[in-house]
Amino acid sequence: MRSVSLTVNGFRHELELEPRELLVYVLRERLGLTGTVVGCDTSSCGACTVLLDGESVKSCTVLGVQADGHEITTIEGLAENGELHPLQESFREHHALQCGYCTSGMVLAAVSYLAENPNATAPEIRHALEGNLCRCTGYQNIVDAIEAVAS
Amino acid sequence: MSAQVEQREAIGAPVRRKEDATLLQGQAQWVDNMGGPGTVYLGVVRSPYAHARIRNVNVEPALAHAEVVAAWAADGLEDEWSGGLPCAWLPTEDTNAPAHYPLARNIARHAGDAVAVVAATSRAAAEDAIELVEVDYESLDAVVDPEAALADGAPLVHDELGTNRCFTWTLEAGDVERLFAEAAVIVKERYRQQRLIPNAIEPRAVYVQPVPAAGEYTMWSTTQVPHIARVTLSGVVGIPEAKLRVIAPDVGGGFGSKLNVYAEEALALAIARRLGRPVKWTEARSEGYLSTIHGRDQIQEIELAATAEGRITAVRVRILAGMGAYLQLVTPGVPLLGAWLFGGCYAVEGYSFECTGAFTHTTPTDAYRGAGRPEATYAIERAVDALARKLGVDPVELRRRNFIREFPATIASGLTIDSGDYDASLDAALEKIGYAELRDEQRERRERNDPKRLGIGLSTYVEMCGLAPSAILGAIRYSAGGWDTATIRCLPTGTCQVLTGTSPHGQGHETTWSQIVSDRLGYQVDEVEVLHGDTSVVPLGMDTYGSRSLAVGGVALYHAAEKIVAKAKTLAAHVLGVDEAQVDHVRGTFHGPEGAVTLKELALQAWTAHNLPDGMEPGLEATYVYDPPNFSWPAGAHVAVVEVDTESGDVQVLRYVAVDDVGTVVNPLIVDGQVMGGLAQGVAQALYEEAIYDDGGNLQTATMATYLVPSAADLPEWELDRTETASPTNPLGVKGVGETGAIASPAAVMNAVVDALAADGVTDVDMPATPERVWRALEEVRR
Repeated sequence: MRSVSLTVNGFRHELELEPRELLVYVLRERLGLTGTVVGCDTSSCGACTVLLDGESVKSCTVLGVQADGHEITTIEGLAENGELHPLQESFREHHALQCGYCTSGMVLAAVSYLAENPNATAPEIRHALEGNLCRCTGYQNIVDAIEAVAS
Repeated sequence: MSAQVEQREAIGAPVRRKEDATLLQGQAQWVDNMGGPGTVYLGVVRSPYAHARIRNVNVEPALAHAEVVAAWAADGLEDEWSGGLPCAWLPTEDTNAPAHYPLARNIARHAGDAVAVVAATSRAAAEDAIELVEVDYESLDAVVDPEAALADGAPLVHDELGTNRCFTWTLEAGDVERLFAEAAVIVKERYRQQRLIPNAIEPRAVYVQPVPAAGEYTMWSTTQVPHIARVTLSGVVGIPEAKLRVIAPDVGGGFGSKLNVYAEEALALAIARRLGRPVKWTEARSEGYLSTIHGRDQIQEIELAATAEGRITAVRVRILAGMGAYLQLVTPGVPLLGAWLFGGCYAVEGYSFECTGAFTHTTPTDAYRGAGRPEATYAIERAVDALARKLGVDPVELRRRNFIREFPATIASGLTIDSGDYDASLDAALEKIGYAELRDEQRERRERNDPKRLGIGLSTYVEMCGLAPSAILGAIRYSAGGWDTATIRCLPTGTCQVLTGTSPHGQGHETTWSQIVSDRLGYQVDEVEVLHGDTSVVPLGMDTYGSRSLAVGGVALYHAAEKIVAKAKTLAAHVLGVDEAQVDHVRGTFHGPEGAVTLKELALQAWTAHNLPDGMEPGLEATYVYDPPNFSWPAGAHVAVVEVDTESGDVQVLRYVAVDDVGTVVNPLIVDGQVMGGLAQGVAQALYEEAIYDDGGNLQTATMATYLVPSAADLPEWELDRTETASPTNPLGVKGVGETGAIASPAAVMNAVVDALAADGVTDVDMPATPERVWRALEEVRR
């Protein structure tokens, strides 16, 4: 077991972790943050995407111990003072989700990407989202939702 | 309520979804979130061989693991089963239905077949412990191709059947022999429907909480079919149906893959009973690729007989459908869901259909988005293009010469299409895409020998959905009905509950159903609470699949609202002191000659029951069970424009226009979303996806890293439009929309690919049209 200190959505947690524990399971099973979900076992789908120091990572590919001393933002931490993040609002407005299982990861990937490229165009957004799979929407409304926030 | 609010929430308004607030903030209730004190986690030991004798299973080393509670092979759980896993559709009396139990006994029949199960106190320990179980396998020869499976001497999937043939089912109408003998032109085509993996982004999971002393079990499952699961699992595990509660909480997509009853659900129930503890199992994605159903897997032969003018007179079809190793819930029925549709939207006279199912040493197939209808649409739409090429007629013109134009139309295969206007959607699609200009550009590119050819592909489809009239289901030997239920409960404090027998997993029923209630009864959308997916809350239902929810469950809701209005009207007349005939109902308000009373006021009055008409029951609640008298018949015209690089074989979809007629639209936002999602899956079938087995039965595309689920970067922008002919079959006029995109689009894209290369001599490319496959098709004609 290793002692690990994580700040998640602004709250600090001191944890004893097995070295092999993946960050996604630390979030889900130890901290009860079940908005982050697991969709695959090959780092392909992006459903588990969270922000690590503001940048998107697939939390199934990060060990809990690697996140020691870092700040994590999950979907539960995105709304501020009861106000949805503009991307959350835009996803709702554009019907950019159906089953919602990919949505946490998709929104956080978009938050990270727009921080990098605030004026992103639709083709750029499509390429930026290559690591996040959605099986319901056909992507168009997701791209529209992100583009609306970019512009 | 202002008129503006009313309109904003009425049928036809693009209401933003009620479901989204929860999903967008990470507050969804997925099955994998469930758990509690004492839970044991299951790990399933799976055969690495496609076909093997199981000589011995030694679970002792797993039991030695400190966190392992129990472990069993098939014999250890044998007395838990009252029956095998269900197949609800055996299409013929002599269908071969092999025994299928949650754990394989003696023989493993596909890679991933469950051989043993361990129960441990943590997820990680269960994963570790399955590696400790020792299984002694004797590898046997396998067969993975359905044609090879029917050849003499093929390894048998089920020795006791003496054959790999599952069933042969036929449908004959008209003098097909004569029509072919008299035909001026005949085309004969052979197509392949590759095997697909549905890939709902949420993996399967199940969690069972027992109350041992009471013999009660609650099962949370990632299922599309909680009601069907309860009925059937009760029979598998021998838990009385009334003691079994099944809950589908938030479910992360299904596309047919969760329209099933799986071994792991039965195992979780049986082990919860055996151990008297809560039990949980969550699928790993790669495990799901082996153990969750696959889709398609057909070899199709289609022949069209036509006059010299291109009037199609008869269609003859032979299908060979891969069943996989076992029959899951509706495995043999899936190809038959397309059996009536190989004539497409064309007025043909003679119809001959034969389908044979074959067992192979592969993961079972079952319903995947469209289930039988994408296959039928693909065959007829590609064959029509082949006929157009043979006759030298433009494919648009050939289609127009054959469209059904009078409705209701009894088609050659025997069913009746209630409504449609196929010219209208084709006109709209051609105008939107700019068909004539595209043909010009195609010609110009050829003339200058541009290595990037342009292809234009059509798919004018009709499908049957809204499953389904119960009597017809019975006639084709399906074991259940096709009705659905709705209850509206007007609460005394001004809100209402809707109980629906459908079980959404992304389709937005909560919003759509609220709109129907708002439209009929005047509640605001936010005043309607839609409950679903829990057999204790909604005891009767037939769940969600086959684009049935709105066309059956939504219509049940409409009728329930009518019953509410009828009772409320009687009460309103009593309250207003007038004759019932003098009361007019307008969206939740009951107007008498003088004065009015609202439905909400009446709901309170019905609840206090202080002053009701003689004989009236207290409360304002109504239930309706609707059995549709006909299928519903969405149709439309899709046009794909592709660019094919003749040097690399790469195919790019430049544009995709879909014009669909799904009848009345309740929420255009949601309808468009359904269309686009279906298009993505259909275009993926055409260009990207394929479950590939090697000859030994090893799945080569066994992870999400090797099976190409397309990303946003791989798909075009969708250009959508609609035409609308209301269904006369139901009072809402709705037809269903869940599958149209997946049904129509593979044919449109592949017709475009072949169209691009037709002048080069290419007449066929198999799906998926990968660069290699396209390049090889070109190489073949260049030689």
